Amino acid sequence: MSQNVPKITIAGENSAIVYFSERPCRKTSSIIAHTVSYLKNNLSTKLIDLVPSYHSLLVIYNPLKIDHLGIEKEILNAIGLWSLEIDTDKGRKIELPVYYSVESGPDLQRLADSAKLSVDQVISIHQQTEYNVYAMGFAPGFAYLGETDLRIAAPRLSTPRQRVPKGAVAIADRQTAIYPAQSPGGWNLIGLCPTAMFDPNQQPSTLLEVGDKVCFVAIDRQQFLQLGGSEQILAESGQ
Amino acid sequence: MKGFKVINPGMLSLIQDAGRYGFHRMGITTGGPFDSYSFTWANQLCENQDSAACLEILAGGLVLESQIKTQVAITGADVPIKINDNQVEGWCTQTVVPGDRISIGYATAGCRAYFAVVGGIQSPLIFGSASTVVREGLGGLHKNGQPLQQGDILPCHTKQIANMHSIPEQHRLIFNTDVTEVRMVLGYQYTQFSASQLDQFFSAEYTISPQSDRMGYRLKGPAIKPPNSEMLSEGICLGAVQLPADGQPIILLCDRQTIGGYPKLGSVLSLDIAKLAQLMPGRKLRFTPIDIDRAQNLLRQSTQ
Repeated sequence: MSQNVPKITIAGENSAIVYFSERPCRKTSSIIAHTVSYLKNNLSTKLIDLVPSYHSLLVIYNPLKIDHLGIEKEILNAIGLWSLEIDTDKGRKIELPVYYSVESGPDLQRLADSAKLSVDQVISIHQQTEYNVYAMGFAPGFAYLGETDLRIAAPRLSTPRQRVPKGAVAIADRQTAIYPAQSPGGWNLIGLCPTAMFDPNQQPSTLLEVGDKVCFVAIDRQQFLQLGGSEQILAESGQ
Repeated sequence: MKGFKVINPGMLSLIQDAGRYGFHRMGITTGGPFDSYSFTWANQLCENQDSAACLEILAGGLVLESQIKTQVAITGADVPIKINDNQVEGWCTQTVVPGDRISIGYATAGCRAYFAVVGGIQSPLIFGSASTVVREGLGGLHKNGQPLQQGDILPCHTKQIANMHSIPEQHRLIFNTDVTEVRMVLGYQYTQFSASQLDQFFSAEYTISPQSDRMGYRLKGPAIKPPNSEMLSEGICLGAVQLPADGQPIILLCDRQTIGGYPKLGSVLSLDIAKLAQLMPGRKLRFTPIDIDRAQNLLRQSTQ
């Protein structure tokens, strides 16, 4: 850790943001996860919400119960526990099936062409990395996974799509993600995942959380349909 | 359960309680009342808990038919209110009986009105809240983020309170066409903005653009040059003022995204976010910096 981090900065009347490192990494993600559980256990009703992200944690508190100096002290206490060895391999490992194809991934061919790779190479490279869940946001259950192999990194579309289908597996720069529900979106679509990412009627409602590790495994069309994928989603995905 | 039948939902009427808290880590935003001041008074008039579910009515046009005997209260924007053919006052408790029609006309000043009923609207909860967030498809009568529709029934307890209440004139909203002063706690990346850009930001007048809603208010005015440094997405709190590359500020509100990657100057004081809720596109505002101690003192005073 450099001299400038960790750094606690005011974000608003009831919020402080902690920057843990200059760049995101697995160790930072583990420290953020530990800090989240410490603050949840120790602040109870003084705490309103927490937003973990790549290298930061936004702490939203009740200013009628604790002031900005008090919250800073609590955050420093949490950080003080860093002397403990942090086990970066402790997060859950989740394997997700993906039907990669030109049919289910309308940007796959273009991404391969511009990367001077074959479609099969892109598919294989995407599966070779164990990804880290760095942040959740954009929409309920949308997990930002990083980092993709440089060879398959691709900029966002200049014009976002109006409709990206539920389950679309996508790449933007060195990030990859699965769209948890149909929404507009500007990421490059390379396949479809039949596993539900977000279901408000289930406990837990999101499959992934910050700090989890994710691997992708290729499946074929038939397996996609058997695992809950639908022809309708396939038809939509080509649009 | 009986309650109020929606004869006309108006332009956009949303069920809102205090909001959805504790789920940001799943990417779920808070929702909740945009004008929390008027929302709180509406509930107080009905002797409800502060978090009871009310309607947030954008612009107006709502017509309800009561199926029960109870009391209601309407606060917020200046709207003509009728019970059957009688013009009645806002900011006070009104009795309704089965068959009564409550019509809320279009706002003549301000833009959001709040409708509370004794006991609160008994809307189902999802992630601990009834608040409607259309973008996320969460909350409301059907838990799917849908705004009020014609034919919906707002379920309510048949409950009455012993005393009628009225909010004293000095506590009701005052509407004028002046430039609104918006206090902002400096924070996030503000030290990375140059002194001249900060001066410009705090001396300029900004106009609320038509692309403004419960997610964010987009402003038009002198462009503020954001710092060059590359940023990673990070948590966004209520009222955060972000500066995208075009330098036009966006104030992030109740339905904001939970994380984002634009530099931010700080966050608007919640007491002033309530004021923003009543400002239509075209209205002007100016930012004033406020330090954190002063901001937290004001919050403590406001609840006394």
